[in-house]
Amino acid sequence: MTSNLLISFKLNGNEVQVDSAPDRRVIDLLREDLGLTGTKESCGRGDCGACSILIDGDQRLSCLMLAVQLEGREMITIEGFSLQEDRLSNVQQKFIELGAAQCGFCTPGMVISATALLRVNPEPSRSEVRQAISGNLCRCGAYQKILDAIEAASKEKTKL
Amino acid sequence: MTDIFLPSDLDELWRLLNIKPEAALYAGGTDLLVKRRSGLIDPPSLVCLERIQELKGVKECGDEVFVGALTTHSELLSHRVIRKHFPVLIQAIAVLGSPPVRNMGTIGGNIVTASPAGDTLAPLYVLDAQMEIRSLSSSRRVPISAFILGPGQIDLGQGEILAGVWIKRHQGFRLQHYEKVGRRNALACSVVSMAAIMRVSSDNRIYEIRLAWGSVGPTVMRFPEVERLLEGKPLTVDGLNDVIELVHAGIKPIDDIRATASYRREVAGRLLHRLINYST
Ligand SMILES: Cc1cc2nc3c(=O)[nH]c(=O)nc-3n(C[C@H](O)[C@H](O)[C@H](O)COP(=O)(O)OP(=O)(O)OC[C@H]3O[C@@H](n4cnc5c(N)ncnc54)[C@H](O)[C@@H]3O)c2cc1C
Ligand code: FES
Ligand code: FES
Repeated sequence: MTSNLLISFKLNGNEVQVDSAPDRRVIDLLREDLGLTGTKESCGRGDCGACSILIDGDQRLSCLMLAVQLEGREMITIEGFSLQEDRLSNVQQKFIELGAAQCGFCTPGMVISATALLRVNPEPSRSEVRQAISGNLCRCGAYQKILDAIEAASKEKTKL
Repeated sequence: MTDIFLPSDLDELWRLLNIKPEAALYAGGTDLLVKRRSGLIDPPSLVCLERIQELKGVKECGDEVFVGALTTHSELLSHRVIRKHFPVLIQAIAVLGSPPVRNMGTIGGNIVTASPAGDTLAPLYVLDAQMEIRSLSSSRRVPISAFILGPGQIDLGQGEILAGVWIKRHQGFRLQHYEKVGRRNALACSVVSMAAIMRVSSDNRIYEIRLAWGSVGPTVMRFPEVERLLEGKPLTVDGLNDVIELVHAGIKPIDDIRATASYRREVAGRLLHRLINYST
């Protein structure tokens, strides 16, 4: 029989240790054990991008990662964006200003994709932005406004 | 709860495989964890390979390039050597899944999954890639066409892993092409795909060509007789039309939720016409 494991990693800037079943999905660890419900689960199989997180700066899907894989890593969830300096990130701000959320369920994942893009490509073309969110589904069909918001963010001096 | 291990190097992996021979391996988990979640498999223990540095990255060794099995699709996409020598592989990876799937998924996982729709496979077939299989005590090399035996079936024994892929660097195929037809552009499993690499002379004759189709049979399919017929012919619609019958006769498409067999047959032939774009 397997027992829980103490897993150490950095979560939104803070060193944490969690006591978890090693095969717990990261999405469950976040939402149910740590109360961080900003990260959403929709498909649970990699198709929708709602569960996106950043691991060491790269976008990953928390529905397809197991808790043990967090050991020693740095994870940023959507909650981590607004903690710094007590304000929303520029990308989040543009989503609000340009009305890029309808129901809002896909928004955290979209913001993660946009942020991952702007980190490596601060001045993307429209088609590069489309590419970057090609793993995120929006059931409300707010894609055009989402693209607008990401483009607007890329035009600011502080992009992220 | 399932036992799960995270070996940090090969020595630790071999020790684990010795005491847990029944464990299922995973790298990015984008195939295995989906199957586990949907109840298709329920392995008693899991070994996550992601930390084994020895099997990660691209190495140039003489006239060959070694791609570690644990190299992610995103790493390959931005790799100078792969971009320079194997554009057909780059074109295929660019349409595999989505950015996060490419950040997690590995080339080794794509090969071992051995889906007829696996996007890296047709390029690896035309490039005559060799698989390096390792175990604690042995290492062997097999061409990809001998490694993949059928859908999800591979030549991998107890205690063996796929260590990586060897590809010859200077094969002289300046024109390289991959196209997949799916139900949508992103996150789409292929309905039919085709990889082609060729040398075309300045008077537009096909000098040498290798072709492979995905999703039209139990494995990726190549037809040496089609390639031989095309060699020496001009790269024209008529020239390509001459072999379409043979392609249709060779492929073994099936009806499934994505497309019918007859649609696949039609598209498999039509994809050849795209090569006209490379005529001189
Ligand atoms: C949303 C989504 C979209 C996708 N789209 C595509 C697509 O467009 N095209 C495509 O081809 N695929 C696609 N896939 C499938 C998958 O992402 C790829 O096949 C990927 O390359 C698998 O790699 P992995 O490392 O995640 O494999 P894993 O899931 O980790 O492993 C897959 C299998 O390979 C075995 N394995 C892995 N590495 C080794 C090794 N080194 N030695 C021995 N065995 C090993 C595992 O035991 C397992 O059986 C998609 C998947 C998802 C979830
Ligand atoms: S919930 Fe993870 S990709 Fe849909
Ligand atoms: S805003 Fe509702 S799913 Fe995108």
